[in-house]
Order: sequence, then C-alpha cells, then structure tokens
Amino acid sequence: MKLPHHYSKRRLTTSEIIYNFFATLTGITVFNIQFFKDLFLPPYEIREVKKQMNELGIKTFPIVSITGLLIGLVLAMQSQPVFARFGASDFLPGAVAISVVRELGPVITALIFAGRVSSGIGAELGSMRVTEQIDAMEVSGINPFNFLVVTRVVATTFMLPLLTIYVIFIALFGSYFAILLTQGMSFEYYKNAVVQSIEFRDFIPGIAKTFVFGYIVGIVGSYKGYTTTGGTEGVGRASTTSVVVASLLILVFDTILVKLSLMIWPL
Amino acid sequence: MAALDIIKIKSLTKRFDELTVLDHISLNVKEGENLVVFGRSGTGKSVLLKCIIGLLEPDEGEIYIKDKNILKLNIKELNEIRRHTSFLFQGAALYDSMSVHENLEFTLIKRKKNTPGEIDEKVHHTLNLVGLEDAIDKMPSELSGGMKKRIGLARAIITEPEIMFYDEPTTGLDPISSKDISELIISLQKDLNMTSIVVTHDLVCAKIIADRAIFLKDGTIAYEGTLNELVRSKDKFLQNFFSTDLIKS
Repeated sequence: MKLPHHYSKRRLTTSEIIYNFFATLTGITVFNIQFFKDLFLPPYEIREVKKQMNELGIKTFPIVSITGLLIGLVLAMQSQPVFARFGASDFLPGAVAISVVRELGPVITALIFAGRVSSGIGAELGSMRVTEQIDAMEVSGINPFNFLVVTRVVATTFMLPLLTIYVIFIALFGSYFAILLTQGMSFEYYKNAVVQSIEFRDFIPGIAKTFVFGYIVGIVGSYKGYTTTGGTEGVGRASTTSVVVASLLILVFDTILVKLSLMIWPL
Repeated sequence: MAALDIIKIKSLTKRFDELTVLDHISLNVKEGENLVVFGRSGTGKSVLLKCIIGLLEPDEGEIYIKDKNILKLNIKELNEIRRHTSFLFQGAALYDSMSVHENLEFTLIKRKKNTPGEIDEKVHHTLNLVGLEDAIDKMPSELSGGMKKRIGLARAIITEPEIMFYDEPTTGLDPISSKDISELIISLQKDLNMTSIVVTHDLVCAKIIADRAIFLKDGTIAYEGTLNELVRSKDKFLQNFFSTDLIKS
C-alpha cells in the first residue's frame, strides 16, 4: 500500500498537498477493500473479536451511562418551559423520546464512542506499528490485518448499536427524572406517553445508522494506527486525527442517512 | 559435501524516493552459516534484512530463500517460507498487550501444529533455554532491556526456524548482557543448526557469532571476508571503523 509520508516540518507545496490528499484517499479505499476481503477469509478470530468487544464496547458503558443520563435530564429541563408556555407539557415525554431515539442517542453515543475508542485504536495500532510489533506478526506468517484490524472493526460495528440502545433507555430515564421534578408526572403516564409517541420508523433508522457509525469509528482508528509513521509523534498524530476524522465522518454520514431514512420512512 | 546456498540475493536494489540505499547487492549465505553484516548507521543493513524477509519490496533484483524467489510468491506462499524463518527485532517487538507466555505461544497457536499441552511444554522449555522461566507471567512493560531481548529471542526460536535474522541483537545492552546474549545466540545456533544473518555494530557479538562478515558502504558490499580479515585489513576506512573497539584475539 503506497501511503503519503510527507510529515516533515517544512511547508508543503501545493502539488504535495494534492498528492497527499489523493494518496490518503487511495489508502483509505484500499484499506476498506482489504477489510471486506479479509472479513470473509479464515482464520476467523472469534476469540479476539470477543476480547475487543469487551475492551472497546463493555468498558465504554460507564462513560455512556453518564452521558445518556445527562442528555435526558438536560433535554427535558431545557424543553419543559417552552412546552409549558404553549400549554403542551403533556407532549414533552413524546418529544424528548423522539429526539433521543431518532437523533441525540445515536449521534452523541457515536461521538463519545469515537472519542474513546477511535483514538484508543489509533494509539494502540500506531504504537504497535512504530515498535515493529505488526512487522513481527507479519514475519511469523500471521496476517496482522486480520488479527488486528478486522477484529476491532467487527467489534465496534456491533458494539455501538448495543451501546446506543442502552443510552436511549438511560436518557429516557434521565428525562423522566427531570419531568418528575418539574411536573410531578407519574411513571405510568410518562411510559405510556413515550410508547405511544415512538413508532417503528423512529426506532429502526436510529439504530441502523449506528452500525455505520460503529464501522466508521473502527475503520478510521485502525487506518490511522495501522499506517502510522514518524515514531511517537506519529502515534500522537494517529490518535488525535482518528477522533477528528471519525467524528466528522459520523456527522456527514448522519446527514446522508437521515435523508435516506426520510425517503424510505417519510414522516 | 559442500553446504548449499540457502539464501541467494541477486542484484538487489532498494530506493527510498531519490536515495538509493541498496545498490545491486549480490550475496549468498550457506546453510548453517552465520553471516554478520556491518556498516555505518543508515547504510541499509536493516533494509537488507527486511527485503530478504519480505517486509520491504525491493525495486530491482531477486531474493531466493530455499530456492524460491520470494518476490514472485503470493502472500500464502511467502508465509509458507516464513514458517522456516524467524526475526529478532532491534527493540524485541514483544506484543505489549500479551504476557510473556502469550507472546511465546501466539505463533504456535496460530500455526495449529501443536496441541495445547505441547505448546505449553515448548514455552517452558524455551524460556528455560534463555534463562527466564520466572518471567513467564510478566508483561513486557515489566521487563528490563536485556530480558526483553532474551524473550524476543525465545519467541523467535520457539518455532525452531532454519534461518534466523537478527537486527542488532545486542544494541542498548551493557557489555556483560551483550556477551551473554551473543553466547546464547551461538549456543542456540549450534543446538538447532540454524543459518543466520546478524546485523550488528557490536564487535564482541560479531567475534562470538560470525563465520563470515560483510561491510555495507554506499549501498554496496564494500568488504567481505572473515571477521579477522576485516579487522586486520589495511584499508583506512575499515581501520577507522574498527579502531574504536579493541578485539583481543
């Protein structure tokens, strides 16, 4: 794989910037193709996938729990006065639920996930690259791409939807707590209002897009880490750019997927 | 019967952008031979090793390992050749996230040739050979530089390779550890009847290991011979290079 390696401190010329852009684009494309090629080829590293699901997914539960709770709380607290002003306080649980299920839950969970996991993968694989651990695997006749990249991307792709479902429930609990404090609404009433306001077309697109976000988090972190050059400075750069690129791509793909879901399931 | 050439390199050239690091190098290594590669920093010694093992793709030339041109092989065939070789990296390249035990068993598990019991036995036996059985449950971050080299060596030899590549095996070690590692390498070499190419700056290590030595300069093999021939050469460059270290013969 030919990669851009113009990381000197001098100012790059326009032609070098253009070359770097297209080289990176080519590199990412080849990396994605390689992923889908290796995904279906043995050996299937099931044990390593489970390990990565635990490392990257399960260990993210504490941070997303707090995030989810706060999203629900803040959203309900911010919205309550506005709904009250229009005499529509009864609609508050439904409005919060739709926001959380369709947009806030998936996107904020994905962004938190990118912050923790994409940077972690970038740093870990980057460090393995510069200390020749990936080369060591390769010279032993083991496919490092399969063992390191495929397993992580599979783990992130399947763990993010689970985290998102969990965050949605936690956020709904948070919003109930805020509504209970401000309006004294009963849990039964809140629950019925939420269930009646959410439909299949709200839930499915919200969760479906998290598979794409999970893939983005895994593949961006892996690409940045796997192709790291430039020693420890390169590892730091891989970690930081992983988060930036993954977060940006999540928001771009969110826009595309929202448009797509509205075409399939119009409101 | 004369030993066969297990590694044959023909007109190997490697460039990085405008810089030619290896310039039409030809080299043969005989089965069971220990070849030491000298050269100043940045003269392409490690690049030569990485080209031979297939980590870097040369721009020109042919590399034969066991009569197979590795540049013409697909990844599956290349991995088959790699089952007969091992590489000790300069920094040992131990897998950070795995314990010493896991580092050693990793390749054996992936190759699926041994039962779990046999793998466990091999791990203990190999750690015993390098004198570090006590470190079996330690993580790489808990090991000293010398211990890392020994574990790296153990990981390399556990697969019983026919050909070993050493990239500066004693760099960064104190003279005693350096001598210990060199003696360990030569004793393992004899026990397992391996062929080896050793890149080093360490003359003590070379003196212990080398059957033959080459000296890379300006991308070519500038000097070739036994270590004694190189050290005692009248050539000013070699005299200058070797003058900083005294070898007692």
